[in-house]
Amino acid sequence: MEFIARTQAFLAAQPAALLWGLAGIGGLLVLGSVVAAVLTIARPKQDYRELRQRMSSWWVMIGLLAAALLLGWQATLGLFAVISFIALREFLSLAPTRREDRLIILACYLAIPVSYAFIAADIYGIYLVIIPVYAFLILPWLMAVIGQTRGYLSSVALFHWGLMTCVYNIGYAAFLMRAPPWEAPAHAAGLVFFLLVATEFNDVAQYVWGKLFGRNKIIPKVSPNKTWEGFLGGWASTAALIWFVGPLFTPLHGLGLATVAVILPVAGFAGDVTMSAIKRDIGVKDTSHLIPGHGGILDRIDSLTFTAPIYFHLLAWFALDKF
Amino acid sequence: MVWIRWLLLLLIVRPIARFLTGADVTGREHLPLKGPAIVAANHNSHMDTLLLLSIFPSRAVMRVRPAAASDYFLRDPVIGWFSRNLVGIVPIARGKAGSGEDVLAPAREALARGDIIVVFPEGTRGDASDEMAALKSGVARLAEAFPDAPVTPVWIQGAGRVLPKGEAIPVPLNCAVLIGEPVHWEGKRAQFMDQLRAALLKLKAEAPPLRWT
Repeated sequence: MEFIARTQAFLAAQPAALLWGLAGIGGLLVLGSVVAAVLTIARPKQDYRELRQRMSSWWVMIGLLAAALLLGWQATLGLFAVISFIALREFLSLAPTRREDRLIILACYLAIPVSYAFIAADIYGIYLVIIPVYAFLILPWLMAVIGQTRGYLSSVALFHWGLMTCVYNIGYAAFLMRAPPWEAPAHAAGLVFFLLVATEFNDVAQYVWGKLFGRNKIIPKVSPNKTWEGFLGGWASTAALIWFVGPLFTPLHGLGLATVAVILPVAGFAGDVTMSAIKRDIGVKDTSHLIPGHGGILDRIDSLTFTAPIYFHLLAWFALDKF
Repeated sequence: MVWIRWLLLLLIVRPIARFLTGADVTGREHLPLKGPAIVAANHNSHMDTLLLLSIFPSRAVMRVRPAAASDYFLRDPVIGWFSRNLVGIVPIARGKAGSGEDVLAPAREALARGDIIVVFPEGTRGDASDEMAALKSGVARLAEAFPDAPVTPVWIQGAGRVLPKGEAIPVPLNCAVLIGEPVHWEGKRAQFMDQLRAALLKLKAEAPPLRWT
């Protein structure tokens, strides 16, 4: 009984919008799982294993994120640090590297605890520059010191690109958790929740619009499955979601809300396409098999590497006094 | 002692192997879960052994015994203790091969007890370029002695980047582990070795590109 009472007290302390939001996502998960199960039984000849795998993976991913958001900034920061590590490991594993780069690769991983430490310490000014400026200077210097000059510039660019996307940009999602509760209607967790919902909704909406109405290819050289219809339909759907649901979770309104509604879907699309270009260059379809039915973690967070910093900066510009 | 090994494998070896390699496994359903069985993998790094120990489910991992060179792993008493008791190696006296002594006797005894023996038929670690060296025929002699034991080919890609031969510090990078359908002994050594080689090369061709020079 004490456990139930404590759980009730814990949930009562959470913002109502966040709990309703999580419950809504939970409802969608149940619906998706029911559809997958019904399809499996109703059409035994078709193979729905991938759909079921996809749904199970969504349960795990959303379960982890929901638990972290409810537990607070420390848990969320820890989860995003792990996501950064796995994503960076995937990126560095796919990228062309050489035996003499091993020390530099280790140094790249070291940037993760350093960068996240400044989020934990809530020192925004240093977080802003530690990877873009200082990791950018230190890694090439290290390479020069150990006398590694073969393919120098392309290696420097490669390592920095990995750090910026997987560590620095993803870190913004964790840093949003340090927003003070009075600056957002559903507290800091609501801000992160809405970023994740809008980003994933955009991915799904583009996919669905493309499947239903897709005719004209948008960038056939990079992503042959992406169409103008998918892009525009996803853009409009996500913009509407942000415009109507955004005020429940963010302090945005008017011009600020409209700006996020217009820009975030485009950023998500851009992140997706950029990662596709890299995968095409390397010659893989998925970045790993970590998440059954989805591929690797980079396949899942590609849009987020673009939407997280933009969402953060727009919030900081239009609404959050702290940043 | 036995259950200490089990706990150490599950609580220490497995998380370390996952951290360092990502253990990106495909074809997990082909993995043998009971002995006697033989797993034949390519070999570029000490990580290969840790990685293979980490991908077996907890109910089978106690049965897994990597065959390893006694001249290398048993010469130092401390490493020897870990090799025997934690890793659970079956010692192979490489230097005595061809001397008339039966160097495979410990492996055969383990198979008779119902263990799953992991062998690296290349005989030693190669470099990380992931070229496969010529296969030694010891695995065929084990298969001949246990014709009902499945021989499961496993291609491990990228372990030579995590910990190349001659390096001491591991660097986390994803490794793909591709497990193929088992090969069976059909009576001829040369034919068996050709089948095994072909199975390994087929798995290698399915692996994601490795851009490592």
